[in-house]
Amino acid sequence: MTAPVLADALGPRARRKVLIASVVTGAALAALLGVAVQRLVDKGQLEWARWEPLTQWSVLKFLLGGLGDTLRAAFAGMTLALLIGAALALLRLAQTAVVRWLATAWTEFFRGVPLLLLIFFSYSGLRQYGIDISPFRALVLALALYNGAMLGEIFRAGILSLDRGQTEAAYAIGLSYWQAMLQVVIPQAARRMTPAIVSQLITLLKDTSLGFVITYEELLRRSRSTGEFFRNPLQVTVFVAVLYIAVNFTLSRIARRLEVRQRRRLGAGAIATTTGVEDLAVVSVSAAAAVRDDH
Amino acid sequence: MDVVLDNLDVFIAGLRTTVGLTLLSYAVALGVGIVIAACRVSPIPPLRWAGVFYVETVRNTPLTVLFVLFFFGLPKVDILFEPFPTAVIVLGGYTGAFVAETVRSGINTVSRGQAEAARSLGLTFPQVLRIVVLPQALRSVVGPLGGLFIALTKNSSIAAIISVSELVFRTDNLANETARAVPVYLGAAVAYLLVTIPSGVAFRALERRVAFRR
Repeated sequence: MTAPVLADALGPRARRKVLIASVVTGAALAALLGVAVQRLVDKGQLEWARWEPLTQWSVLKFLLGGLGDTLRAAFAGMTLALLIGAALALLRLAQTAVVRWLATAWTEFFRGVPLLLLIFFSYSGLRQYGIDISPFRALVLALALYNGAMLGEIFRAGILSLDRGQTEAAYAIGLSYWQAMLQVVIPQAARRMTPAIVSQLITLLKDTSLGFVITYEELLRRSRSTGEFFRNPLQVTVFVAVLYIAVNFTLSRIARRLEVRQRRRLGAGAIATTTGVEDLAVVSVSAAAAVRDDH
Repeated sequence: MDVVLDNLDVFIAGLRTTVGLTLLSYAVALGVGIVIAACRVSPIPPLRWAGVFYVETVRNTPLTVLFVLFFFGLPKVDILFEPFPTAVIVLGGYTGAFVAETVRSGINTVSRGQAEAARSLGLTFPQVLRIVVLPQALRSVVGPLGGLFIALTKNSSIAAIISVSELVFRTDNLANETARAVPVYLGAAVAYLLVTIPSGVAFRALERRVAFRR
């Protein structure tokens, strides 16, 4: 994996060159880091007094409570989005043309607009029309609508990526449409889609941080109020960023494990080869990449 | 509907900022992404480590947190930018991490023989990358790069939280002023679709055009 495909095993002369280059670039990177640290020291940002609040249990409890609310919104959003996505995928593959068009229009609409717009709409928009929706529900609604459309695309791509022979064989042994879907097509498609689904869910988790604009008390909002109270916004934001990274990194590692294990067991090429995709972006490279990219 | 037509100038001004912000950030993202991808495949270990560190950190941090960190955190060390340049840096840096991953997966699709042949002609590593491998790699990931462009267009709306007067920022103000949220937000949604759907079509066309037949 780390051995780049672009270089052969190095000879003595090349090894010396790489060593020199390593020392030089290493020194340059260290110097850059040094400048940053020096700057932080000069501005008093590394003083213990600014970090100390983060060791108080009451502060930690407040922030971890925010993480809890982040995860709660993410979990509710994920559940709904998966349901919406599955429904959309099936409707887009339906036999009636009108149903297909409606599902396509719905998908294209919610996939094409920014999540933030949906969040504003489902909170302040609905409130203007006298619907008293809580920040939590508004956030979950927006997350579900947006990610439902995204997941619908992934599901559809997964189903379409399956060899047609699978469906034909299922019909040939007398299964009905729904039997073929549920027993033959979806189980295989789901396996291929797992990495893409997980990365979309990680994006969803990150996007819950947008809840802070509609006063949902999640991690980022709590970090803002903590930073204002102790006058250490830089330190608290860095701490919160590390929390997010820890959660997301763990999730993508687990996903990768699952993918590798599945590929070993089933020898099936997964749809996406990278984890933590921002969008459907990386999904389509895979078909070609999956064959050569043996990690 | 009248609300939208009466305030069409608001939508146009917002859309202009959104498009400008997106294009500038995309240019930054492509630059950052290609450099990081080159670092990640380079034979020099410190560059590889720096590349991995960058991608894993940036990709796993919510964009909103990056905005807050840059706009409210960095002034504490006297690094101050206006909202718009901050937005370009944050959006470009964030999307750059995804571009890097995409380009790297593109590099992996270029067959090994290409690099071997280039090396046997006597090209050095940077030459192999620049002249032979990257042009092929980039061609194979035009589609995914288009997906990132669309994601970036939508993500640019998050600049509203640091009061860059782009489309969502302006329409949100308009919705509050006029108390007509549904038509105003719908108008904004249509404006976004006017950018995202055609760029999807354009990138697909470009993808077909530059595709290699191997």
